[in-house]
Amino acid sequence: MTSPKTARTPRARMIGVLLGLGAGLSAALNVQAADLTGAQIAAHGIGSVPACATCHGTQGQGNPLANFPRLAGMGAAYLSEQLTDYADGTRSNPIMSPFAKQLTPAQMKAVAAYYASLPAPKVSALPAASSDQDKLAQNLLTQGDWSRGIPACFACHGPMGVGVKPSFPALVGQSATYTEEQLKAWQQDHRAPGAGGLMAAVAKRLTPAEITAVAGYLAKISVQ
Amino acid sequence: MITYRLIASLVLLLAGQSVQAAPDTAVAHFVPPPDSAIPEGPFGDMIKLGQKIFNHTPKYAPKYVGNSLSCANCHLDAGRLADSAPLWAAYPAYPAYRSKNKKVNSYQERLQGCFMYSMNGKAPPLNSDVLLALESYSYFLAKGAPVGDEKMAGRGFPKLAAPAESPDLTRGQKVYEASCALCHGSDGQGRTVNGQVVFPPLWGKNSYNWGAGMHSVSTAASFIHANMPFGMPKTLTEQQAWDVAAYINSRPRPQDPRFTGSVEETRAKFHPNTKYDYYGQTIDGKQLGNPANTPPAGTVPK
Repeated sequence: MTSPKTARTPRARMIGVLLGLGAGLSAALNVQAADLTGAQIAAHGIGSVPACATCHGTQGQGNPLANFPRLAGMGAAYLSEQLTDYADGTRSNPIMSPFAKQLTPAQMKAVAAYYASLPAPKVSALPAASSDQDKLAQNLLTQGDWSRGIPACFACHGPMGVGVKPSFPALVGQSATYTEEQLKAWQQDHRAPGAGGLMAAVAKRLTPAEITAVAGYLAKISVQ
Repeated sequence: MITYRLIASLVLLLAGQSVQAAPDTAVAHFVPPPDSAIPEGPFGDMIKLGQKIFNHTPKYAPKYVGNSLSCANCHLDAGRLADSAPLWAAYPAYPAYRSKNKKVNSYQERLQGCFMYSMNGKAPPLNSDVLLALESYSYFLAKGAPVGDEKMAGRGFPKLAAPAESPDLTRGQKVYEASCALCHGSDGQGRTVNGQVVFPPLWGKNSYNWGAGMHSVSTAASFIHANMPFGMPKTLTEQQAWDVAAYINSRPRPQDPRFTGSVEETRAKFHPNTKYDYYGQTIDGKQLGNPANTPPAGTVPK
C-alpha cells in the first residue's frame, strides 16, 4: 500500500484526476493508481461530493465531538459495503446517502482502499471500570453474555476493539453517540444486517442499558 | 440454578424490554459459578492461571503448543458454554477408560491428549503447573456438578443424526464460502491482529492435527451446527453442517502423532471410518496424511 504521505508529482496527480474523471475505473488499474484516486476523493471530493476529510478528518480519524465516525484503518470490504448500503438505502444517513449515490462502484472501492491503508487505531490498555456501568460494558466487550447468545464484542472486533480487516470494523475511536445510534439502527432494522447478518442478530439481544454502557465505555478508550 | 434463566427472562418481560433472546436450546443445564466466585489466595491464583492458559494457550503454555489454537476456540465462552464441550461437564466424568489410548485416564491425562492432538504439541508433564492450572480451573467451573454424571445435559457437542445425503465437498465449499470465510478466510487460515489470533485457522500447519477429535467429520459437524457461525448457533441446516465439516476436514493438516510411517497402516489402525474421516484419502490429487504434503506432528516452537 502506498503511504498517503507519498510525495506526488504533478504528472501523477494529473493522471489521478484524469483517471478519476474517466468513465469506470476498471480492474486494469494498478493498486497505486486506485489508491491515488481514493486519496484524491478523500482530500478534494469528486463532482459535487465534498472531500471526505471535511468531516472524517485529514487522517480519517473522524470527529467524535460531531459524531463523524473514524474511517482510518477499517477494512476495505467493510468501508465499501457501507458506501454501497448508503447508495441503495439499506443504511440511511441524511449526510452520507446523497454523497454515496454519486460515487461509482469503482470510486467507492478506491476510497475504501485508501482509508483501509491508513493506520488502524492503537490501544495500549483498557481504562479501569470505575462504575457498574463500566463493569457491565467491560464484561460484554471481553466475555459477552452467552446465556443470551451474546459473544464478546472483542471476539470478532479484535483485541481491545481495534478491528479485524477486511470485514470487522474497529469499535474504538468512535463517539458514544455514533456507536449507540448504530446498535439501535440494527435493532430497528434501519441498518443493513452487516456481513453474515451477525451484527443485527447480536444487537437485537442487547438491552438499552447495555447499549448505553458499551457505547459510553468504548468512547473512553484512548486511541493513538 | 436451573430456574435462574427463567427468572432472568421474567424480569426482562416485567421490565417491558423488547429484547430478542438468542435461539434457545430450551434445555435447562448446569450453570457454572461466575468468575467473581474465584477465591483469593494460592488456589484462586492457580484457577486464574488455568483460565489464562485456556483462553490464550500459545501465550501461556508455549512449550506445549505446536499451532496457533487456544482451548477456548472450540470450548466457547472460556469452557462454560453448554453444547460446546464445557469443562463443567467433562471434569465430573473422569477418571474414565478411553478407547483412544486403551487405558483409564485421569483428568490430567485427558488434558495431555488435548495438547498432543488438538494443539499439535507435546503433553505437559503430569502435575506440571500447566495441567494443575487447567485442572483447577475445570474443578472451579464444575463446583456443584454431580460427580460421576457422564451424561450431563450440555456435555460435548450435541450429536447430529446421520446426514440425509452423504457429505459433499463441493456443496461444503459453497457453505464455507458463504458462512465461514468471512471470519476464517477463504484459505482457512483464520485472522490475526497484532499477533493475536482472532479467528482460528481451520486447516494447515497452524490447526489441529489428524489425531484430534475435531478431524472427524461427525464431531466437527456437531460442533459447527451447535455453535457456528459464531453467535449464530443452529442457523445452518444439519446437512450444511455435515457438508462444510467434510470440506474443512478434507484439507491438509498436521500429521497424526500416532503415524506408523505408513499412511495406509495409520489409516487402517486409527482412521477406519472412511465415510467420515478423510485421512489417507486422495483429495484434489494429493493424499491426505502423506508426509510429502503433511506438516509434522508435535511442532512445538523452539
